[in-house]
Amino acid sequence: MFIPSRIRGGLTRRRFVTGLGAGGMMAALSRPARASRAISGMVPPASSAVWNMTVSRNRVEIDRKVLHPACMEGSVPGPILRWRQGDTVTINVTNALRDEDTSIHWHGIRLPANMDGVPGLSFTGIPPGETFTYRFPVSQSGTYWYHSHSGMQEAQGLYGGIVIDPPRPDPNACERDYVILLSEWTDVSPMDIMSNLKMQDDYYVFRQRTAASFPREARAAGSAMAALRDRLAWSRMRMAATDIADVTGIIYTYLLNGHAPDMNWTGLFRPGERVRLRFINGSSMTFFDVRIPGLEMLVVQADGNDIEPVPVDEFRIGVAETYDVIIQPKEDRAYSIFAQSEDRTGHARGTLAPRAGMVAPVPPMDPRPVRTMIDMGMGDMKPGESMKGMDMSDMKPDDDMAGMDMGDMDMSHMAHADTPPMEVDDPGPPPLNVENQNVAKMPVDRLGSPGDGLEHNGRRVLNYRQLRALRPGVDQRPPTREIILHLTGNMERYIWGFNGRKFSESGPIRLRRNERVRFTLINDTMMEHPIHLHGLWSELENGQGAYRPYKHTLISQPGSRMNYLVTADVPGMWAYHCHLMLHMELGMFRTVIVS
Amino acid sequence: MRRVFFLALLLLAGTGQAAHAQPGSTTYHAADAPSSTPVAYLGGMRPVMDQASYFHGILDQLEGRYDPGGSDFRWDGEAWYGTDYNRVWLKTEGTLERGRLHDGDHELLYSRAVSPYFNVQGGVRADIDDGPTRTWGALGVQGLALYQFEVQATAYVSDRGRFASRLEGSYDFLLTNRLILQPQAEFNLYTKSDPARQVGAGLSDVDTGLRLRYEIWRKFAPYVAVTYSGYLTQARRIVHDQHEETGSLRFSFGVRSWF
Repeated sequence: MFIPSRIRGGLTRRRFVTGLGAGGMMAALSRPARASRAISGMVPPASSAVWNMTVSRNRVEIDRKVLHPACMEGSVPGPILRWRQGDTVTINVTNALRDEDTSIHWHGIRLPANMDGVPGLSFTGIPPGETFTYRFPVSQSGTYWYHSHSGMQEAQGLYGGIVIDPPRPDPNACERDYVILLSEWTDVSPMDIMSNLKMQDDYYVFRQRTAASFPREARAAGSAMAALRDRLAWSRMRMAATDIADVTGIIYTYLLNGHAPDMNWTGLFRPGERVRLRFINGSSMTFFDVRIPGLEMLVVQADGNDIEPVPVDEFRIGVAETYDVIIQPKEDRAYSIFAQSEDRTGHARGTLAPRAGMVAPVPPMDPRPVRTMIDMGMGDMKPGESMKGMDMSDMKPDDDMAGMDMGDMDMSHMAHADTPPMEVDDPGPPPLNVENQNVAKMPVDRLGSPGDGLEHNGRRVLNYRQLRALRPGVDQRPPTREIILHLTGNMERYIWGFNGRKFSESGPIRLRRNERVRFTLINDTMMEHPIHLHGLWSELENGQGAYRPYKHTLISQPGSRMNYLVTADVPGMWAYHCHLMLHMELGMFRTVIVS
Repeated sequence: MRRVFFLALLLLAGTGQAAHAQPGSTTYHAADAPSSTPVAYLGGMRPVMDQASYFHGILDQLEGRYDPGGSDFRWDGEAWYGTDYNRVWLKTEGTLERGRLHDGDHELLYSRAVSPYFNVQGGVRADIDDGPTRTWGALGVQGLALYQFEVQATAYVSDRGRFASRLEGSYDFLLTNRLILQPQAEFNLYTKSDPARQVGAGLSDVDTGLRLRYEIWRKFAPYVAVTYSGYLTQARRIVHDQHEETGSLRFSFGVRSWF
C-alpha cells in the first residue's frame, strides 16, 4: 500500500476500534501512524456500534508545514467511522489535550440535542483528561462527517468521515468505496488569520485587478472604457470583484484525504469496476470544484441522502457538504481527481489507478471567477447602472425574468394558495450599518446556476435544481410559518451576521415543536455561504415538489434568494450557522431553540 | 412589447404579494430579534467569539528623505486596540530634521464605528517635539470613502481656544498585486498663527508623497517615494522670515510595516 514519505504523524496512543467486525481494522492498524495514513480514504470493512477515540495533540507535517494540531487518533483527517442504520452507536471520546476542551459534532446526523456536540448548546464540552460518551440511535444512512466544535480545532485538523450503511442492501454499493475528504492545511494559526482579516480584508488575496491585468480585462469587456466603468463601479461600492475567497492558496495547501497534491493520494480500481467516491468538504474556508477528467460522474447522494442519479462532469462542493458519486473507469490507466478551490489559487489532487504509483495528467486551473452585479443582488444589471436608470426593455423575458425573485417567490406562494394562512417573520431589508455593507435590491433565484466561475465552462456541472430525492419527503405538510433571514456582512471590517447583526447582538430563533417552517435566505453579501442547521433536515425547495432533496448544508449563492423547509421535530438548542469557519466565529451564527 | 410583458409580470407579482400578505405582515419582525430573556448557554459557554478584541499597529511611513544638505527622517503610524465598535487609537508622526524634531504630533483617541466604512474619533492631541508643546482636543472621522480613498478629517481645539484641522487622504493604486503606487497627502489648517511652531493662519502646511511599495509580505513593504513637505500661505512667510527652508521636494525611501 502506498505510504507517503512526507507524513510523520507522531502517534502515541492508539485505542482505535473495538467491537464487532473490527478485527480486520485492528490488524491493519497494528502498525502505528503510517498505517493509518496509508489507509486514509478506505472505508472500514465493517460497521461497528462502539468506538473509542482519543483527541490529542500530535506533530503533523504536510507540505513542509509543521503543526501540532488537536486531532483524532493522531491523524489528519481522523479515522473514518462506519455505522449501520438502526444501531445505537456508542462513541467514547477521550480528551488527551493538556489544557483545552474539545468536542465532536456529528455533522448532519439526526440525534438528541444533548448528543450534538456543540459546547454551550448541547453540553459543556469535554474537559482535558475526561471521556464523554456519545450514544444515540442511528436513523439514517449515507456519507457524513464529524468535526470539533471547540475553538479553532476543526480548522487545524480535527475532523473525519462517517459512513452509515443502510439497513437494506445499498442500491449504490460498488466494488470499490472510497471516502474523499477535502480540506486545507496551513501553519498560520486560525486566530492569526482572523486577526489579519480584521486589519486588512484582502490580506490573502493576490489575484486582484491591477494595472497589469487591465489590458486583459479590456479585451474581455470589449473596450477599455467598459473595463474602466466596471472597475469604477466596484471601487465606488468599496468592494472587489475579485473577492472570491477570504483565505487562499497563498497559505493553504489543499488536501485530499490528508494528502498534499504532490503526495498523490491513490485509490485503486480494476478497469470496468464501479467505484463509489464519497466526497466530503471538511475544509474551513474553501469551496472546491471537483472533476475527474475523462470520466463521467454519476451523483447519487447529496448530504447523505439518495437522489435520482445525475450524470455530471463537475460539481461544486461547499464547505461541509457531501456528495457521493459513482464512476466506472473502463480503461487500464490512471485518472486524476482534481478539486480546484473556487478562487483557483490551488487544488487538491488524488489519483485513481489500476496500480499504485501511477499518475495521470493534472489539468491546469480554470480562470478565477469574477463577481458580477448578480452577486451584488442587482439581478442582471450592468455595472454602473443605477436602479432608476435601468432599462427594463433590455431584459430577456424568458430567462432573466424567470429567475427573478418576484416571479419565483410568488409562484411558490401561489402553489400553496389553498393552505392555511402563513405567519411571516420578515425582518425587512437589512440596514446599512457597521455590520452590513450591501443590500441585495433584486435577489434572484440561482438554484439553476452551478455557481460563479462554473457557468458556460463547456462541462456539465451539477446545480441545485437537479437534486431530486429518490423518495418523497416524510413530512408533506405545507409550512405554517416563513422565516426570512438576510445573510449580511461587512467585508471591509470583516464582520458577519444575519439581518445586519452578529450573533452577540441577536436573540435565538424559536421554533415550536413539530412546526413546519419555510426558511428564506436572502444573501446580501457577495460571497457564497454554506448554511448549516444542526439536528433538523433542510429540505430545499428547488422545484422537485414532494421529492425535494434533504440537505444539512445549503450553499446560499451571492445575491440570491433560496427557500427550504424544516420540520422542527427534535427539541433542544441547535446551532445554525455559516460553515465558513471565520464567518461563523465572527457572527454568522444563531441559536435555534425547538420547544 | 418586452416592456409590456414586464409590467404584466410586475402586476402579477404585486397581486400575488397582496394575496398572501397577512394582516400585520407589513410590520417587520425578525425571527432572530434581540431578546430580553438571554439564552441560558450550558456552562455559560458562548458558541462563538464575535466580540473579541484585536490589536494592530501600522507604520505607513518610516522613511529617509534624501537631501545633499542633510536628510530628514520621518515616521507616521498608528495603532489600535479594541472590538469591532470600540477602539483605543494611537496616532503618531514626526520629522527629524538636522537633529531637530519637527511636526511631532501624537494623538490618543477613542474610536467608535458608526457606519459601514467610517469611524468617529475623539480624544487629545499633543504636539510634542523640539518646539513649544501644544495640546488640543480632537474630534474627527476616519474611514474609506467612495472609490476606496482612505480619508481622515479631524478638527482640533487648543487649550488656548484656537482651532485647527487636519485633512489626510491616500489611495492604493495596484500596479500588480504586490507593487502598489500610493499617492498620499496631509494638510493642516489653523485659525491663528503660532510662529514659534511655524504655524500660519489658514492653510499652513502640506506633507505629501507618491510612494511605490513592494509588498514582499503583506506586513513588510519597502518603498521608494517622492515626497514634498512645505509651508503655505502665511506660514510660508513666517518660515521665510525665520530663514528656514519653506518647502522641499525629496527623493525618499522607507518601509511600510504592520503587525
